[in-house]
Amino acid sequence: MEEFFQQLTNGLAVGGIYALIALGYTMVYGVLKLINFAHGDLFTIGAFLGLTLLTSLGLTDSVGPVAGLLVLAVMVVVLVGVVGYLLERIAYRPLRTSPRLSAVVSALGASIFFQNAIMLIWGARPLVYPHGLLPNITVDIFGVELPLIRIIMFAISVLLMCGLYYLTHKTRIGTAIRAAAIDQGAAKLMGIDVNRVISLVFMIGPALGGAAGVMVGLYYGQINFTMGWLYGLKAFTAAILGGIGNIPGAMLGGLLLGVVESLGAAYISIAWKDAISFLVLILILIVRPTGLLGERVADKV
Amino acid sequence: MLLELRDLHVNYGNVEALHGINLSVNEGEIVTILGANGAGKSTTLNSICGLVKATKGEILLDGEPIHSVPAHNIVKMGISQSPEGRRVFSTLTVEENMDLGAFTMKDSAKIERNREWIYDLFPRLLERRTQLAGTLSGGEQQMLAIGRALMSSPRLLLLDEPSLGLAPILVKSIFETIRKINKHGLTVILVEQNARAALKLADRGYVMEVGNIVLADDAKSLLSNPEIQSAYLGGKGL
Repeated sequence: MEEFFQQLTNGLAVGGIYALIALGYTMVYGVLKLINFAHGDLFTIGAFLGLTLLTSLGLTDSVGPVAGLLVLAVMVVVLVGVVGYLLERIAYRPLRTSPRLSAVVSALGASIFFQNAIMLIWGARPLVYPHGLLPNITVDIFGVELPLIRIIMFAISVLLMCGLYYLTHKTRIGTAIRAAAIDQGAAKLMGIDVNRVISLVFMIGPALGGAAGVMVGLYYGQINFTMGWLYGLKAFTAAILGGIGNIPGAMLGGLLLGVVESLGAAYISIAWKDAISFLVLILILIVRPTGLLGERVADKV
Repeated sequence: MLLELRDLHVNYGNVEALHGINLSVNEGEIVTILGANGAGKSTTLNSICGLVKATKGEILLDGEPIHSVPAHNIVKMGISQSPEGRRVFSTLTVEENMDLGAFTMKDSAKIERNREWIYDLFPRLLERRTQLAGTLSGGEQQMLAIGRALMSSPRLLLLDEPSLGLAPILVKSIFETIRKINKHGLTVILVEQNARAALKLADRGYVMEVGNIVLADDAKSLLSNPEIQSAYLGGKGL
């Protein structure tokens, strides 16, 4: 039981990461019907920027670990948001009226560009986040000792997801984002500047991905320039699992995938961890291609 | 004159869809545009809204050119469209659709006044305001499309085929509502397949054929015009 609870909470923590990244895929797909293949690399950029800022600014020494990491996270979120904005302006907007395939190829190109840029800037070797930033303590929950960082990570993911849900479902601009995802032409007729909505989506998605990058760095300690590929694929799986284009779906899909993967690794075989994730992808594509929460309402013609 | 189109040309790729049309609308009028499928009626409305760009010619609102204004800024100038096929945001609620209609409005008191007036025009929308728009019937979706367009306090309302696919009883009530909206002070451009009902309601009418305006006259004269009768009114006179 203890083992199960450990694996479950670990799965939720990792699933939170998948969910944060998946949101970026799903939001971009929502407004542009495009899979942003460079999204996983934006997550990597977040992890590396986080490390550089952490070691060069020494924030955790000057203002304490909690405030320092918070300031750091905000900086990374803003910077990766800017990178996302530029990505859309340079790699996708000029192709807006081109055939769909051109944008997909551009996305793959952007991914290769980012991966190599990261390698050239930070080197090809894995880098290590400083140890002992957060006190290595455990918390007793229902008689099970859980690492504090795992709980914090899960809490932050959930907080960010709640924030995003509030933004997209309870605010004017969020309703505009959802409207632009349904029908861009009709959204323009409402006076919505669809280009601005798309830019905003390309800042929010990568910002969440960047935050996830920092969290992975802090949780696992080690980062490398190709990590975005696997995390990106997993998060993409999560987005499909929940129903691509559906924001709550990406959250649910991410958490679910994290738990399935974690339990599978523990009870089946750790070597099969990634295979299990992609088995989930294949199964969902066969059994329910719209995902768990996809297509709730049919259009009336 | 509220709106004027001068020698308006529109292209889709290499194909010219409007071959230089001239059309004017006076304040307070209901003007109808008739024509077969593909005549360019919707293209005309979409070019007024900025959704398609004129390749040549002018669109003037109160004498000021608006043909290079981006679509999302046209609403603020007082022009609003209920598009063909209704195009309500199906996975959003009725209330959210209405709110989006007022997206450009800042004055919340005015938004609430508009909302009240629209729910008064279409009480069904008030009953269904928490429902997803995709679950509404066709007639209710049409009401929502019109109501949503009215939320921005437009001076000029463009209606594209509001009666399409609706039961006859609903068609009648939609046309009555259009009259009420016009009485409320709005100028209306009405694109319709239902030519007889449209001409009875309208002050003036234009007839389009393959990207040209071939006839422009008072609605009454058009109704009694033998050519119009045979081509658009099913042969017989009134």
